[in-house]
Amino acid sequence: MLLVHNGRVVDPARNFDGPADVLLEDGKIARVGPKLDAPGAERFDASGLVVAPGFIDLHCHLREPGNEPAETIESGTRAAARGGFTAVCCMPNTQPVNDNASVTRFILDRAAATASVRVWPIGAASKGSQGEGLAEIAAMKDAGIVAVTDDGKPIATAKLLRHVMEYARPLDLPVIEHSEDLSLFSGAVMREGATSVRLGLRGMPAATEAICVARDVQICALTGARLHVAHMSAKDSLDLVRDAKRRGLPVTCEVTPHHFTLTDEDVVYDSRYKMNPPLASRADREALLSGLADGSVDAIATDHAPHTLASKDVEFDRAPFGVTGFETALALALEALVHPGRAPLARLVELFTSGPARVLGRKRTIAAGEPADLTLFSTDHQWTFRAAESASKSRNTPFDGREFRGAPMATIVAGRLAWRREK
Amino acid sequence: MSFILRHLLGTESLSRDELAFLLDQSRAFQGIQKQPLKKLATLRGKSVVLAFFETSTRTRISFGTAAARLGADTMNLQAESSSTQKGESLSDTVRTLEAMKPDVIVIRHAASGAPHFIAERLGIPVVNAGDGLHEHPTQGLLDALTISDRLGRLDNLNFTIVGDIRHSRVARSNIHVLSKFGCRTTLCGPAMWLPPEMSCIAPNVRIEPRLEEALRDAHIVMVLRVQTERLREPALPADEYIRLYQMTPARLALARPDAVLMHPGPMIRGLEIDPAVADSPQSAVLEQVTNGVAVRMAVLYLLAGGAPSAGASPAGSAAD
Repeated sequence: MLLVHNGRVVDPARNFDGPADVLLEDGKIARVGPKLDAPGAERFDASGLVVAPGFIDLHCHLREPGNEPAETIESGTRAAARGGFTAVCCMPNTQPVNDNASVTRFILDRAAATASVRVWPIGAASKGSQGEGLAEIAAMKDAGIVAVTDDGKPIATAKLLRHVMEYARPLDLPVIEHSEDLSLFSGAVMREGATSVRLGLRGMPAATEAICVARDVQICALTGARLHVAHMSAKDSLDLVRDAKRRGLPVTCEVTPHHFTLTDEDVVYDSRYKMNPPLASRADREALLSGLADGSVDAIATDHAPHTLASKDVEFDRAPFGVTGFETALALALEALVHPGRAPLARLVELFTSGPARVLGRKRTIAAGEPADLTLFSTDHQWTFRAAESASKSRNTPFDGREFRGAPMATIVAGRLAWRREK
Repeated sequence: MSFILRHLLGTESLSRDELAFLLDQSRAFQGIQKQPLKKLATLRGKSVVLAFFETSTRTRISFGTAAARLGADTMNLQAESSSTQKGESLSDTVRTLEAMKPDVIVIRHAASGAPHFIAERLGIPVVNAGDGLHEHPTQGLLDALTISDRLGRLDNLNFTIVGDIRHSRVARSNIHVLSKFGCRTTLCGPAMWLPPEMSCIAPNVRIEPRLEEALRDAHIVMVLRVQTERLREPALPADEYIRLYQMTPARLALARPDAVLMHPGPMIRGLEIDPAVADSPQSAVLEQVTNGVAVRMAVLYLLAGGAPSAGASPAGSAAD
């Protein structure tokens, strides 16, 4: 038994924000209420802290199997715990690709043996994510996947996407799209605009994403399956999602902390600013912040994409896309949304909890009988993020040395402390 | 005016005074090019690495000549024979070169920002001899020197560039240099080679798709090379390019009568330029080449020889 007491419980699913204690027992939430009495229970004093439902990250790369020098399920989930995440959805672009149940089971077995937080695998939509035949989606669903995607690239053709969505619908799996029209550019390494032209780096326009989102929404309308747009970066894409939602289509989307914090104007010849989709324009960033605040965006997802120093410490053109993100996500969200007054704290919590849960067709709330997953954080703890001290095996973040106000303080998974901040 | 030049990575970050200083230093080396004996001992005992990760003939020979005329030794790395072909990273390759203790490294690389990348990792001065689509700062300087020789000034001129602006590091370096001197730049070329954002990279830059308009009142007309491989992505028929953009005597006549005609080379006669224009008295193409050696001598002298002492004329010292 663990009693989390003296905290401020913020539970958007129940529209609750106030002082309450939470008693955890046998991996479940046993009771929630004021001044709980629990003789014999271990106690966690959450004075001054927000007690939120456990954070879910819809989008990360744990690199195991296949690229263990960059990250493992063990190191990645340790970093996730330090970021306040109690469950992370890992993308299927491992080596081998998670396109069949044996890979899914391998990931879950490794997670059971080594992970600090829950690991919810996402399966490939097509075999090898090659964009040809369907992957073994039903078998992976039985093994434990929570969605399908060919992330890293879009599902190759409209026809294949239609088949995937028709197939996923009765399985009740969302189809996650990395929306990018690859035929619009060649060799692009950042967003097209004044900065790309000045730096002489090849750019892709915002339309690269929006063209594909438009296609994806049309196939969603055709099939009725759930579409989730990953790491959305452009205003035009958001407008398409907003319009689809207005029409009642089952479309959701996520935004990453780096896209709502940085813009293409921040790009320098440093591969820690290279990710896909690339950092967008200032107007796009503004639109994303509005979407996060007004509910058009369903979730904040990290797209945590670790790469070894050797692979990333090269010319900008040659470096792989991606940045790490677990440990800075909450602090960046507080910085962009809550501290400037753009969104209330409950909205931020929703973006990390009931929002992503809804994308997966689940719920996330602090109520008796629910899994005992909690994220405890401070809205004003002052700290500096040091990439060298990260639990991730990789260091490819543009936020090294950034000073923050607000931080995860403890992560509770299945009633046990997965991590707590040392003073 | 004097300043410590640590690297020469681009012209964008240099101030007008710094550019003027570099041009003054270059003028001191122009005279050497006309002497029967062109070799100085200024950098005797120093060594310069020419690391050309992208093939180049003109620029490599120009830097090599500049180093030789200063008495420096050169070490050559060429892409085809280099360890990069064996999978070595750029970082490791240049660290290896640095371990041979050269005094300056000159780098050409197909990736924009590669010189900045190595400058952050090495303790020796780095000269950008052309990086991807980004900059070619010694070209910007040698063009400015040529313009100032021809017209007697650099200030407040009308500068027109015609051709593939998008992929041109020469255009970028020239725009940055000339805008610092208050020049007005007009860019002209097929739309897919002329992103509208080019007009934002420096003050007083505008885009004019009509060549006749773009040439009006120009003091300087710079014709860029059409890389034939670019004609294929996307397909632009060469005949269309010739029809709309080839620099002919009639078109050049729309510019000011004393307008200077420039081309960074290599030039394809009959494609972007009519041979009659290339060989006209207005053409400064060969002066550009000669001035290239002087500018590169000045840059290598400043980087390998340290800061100049006030008033000393490097070119006047110790002829070999």
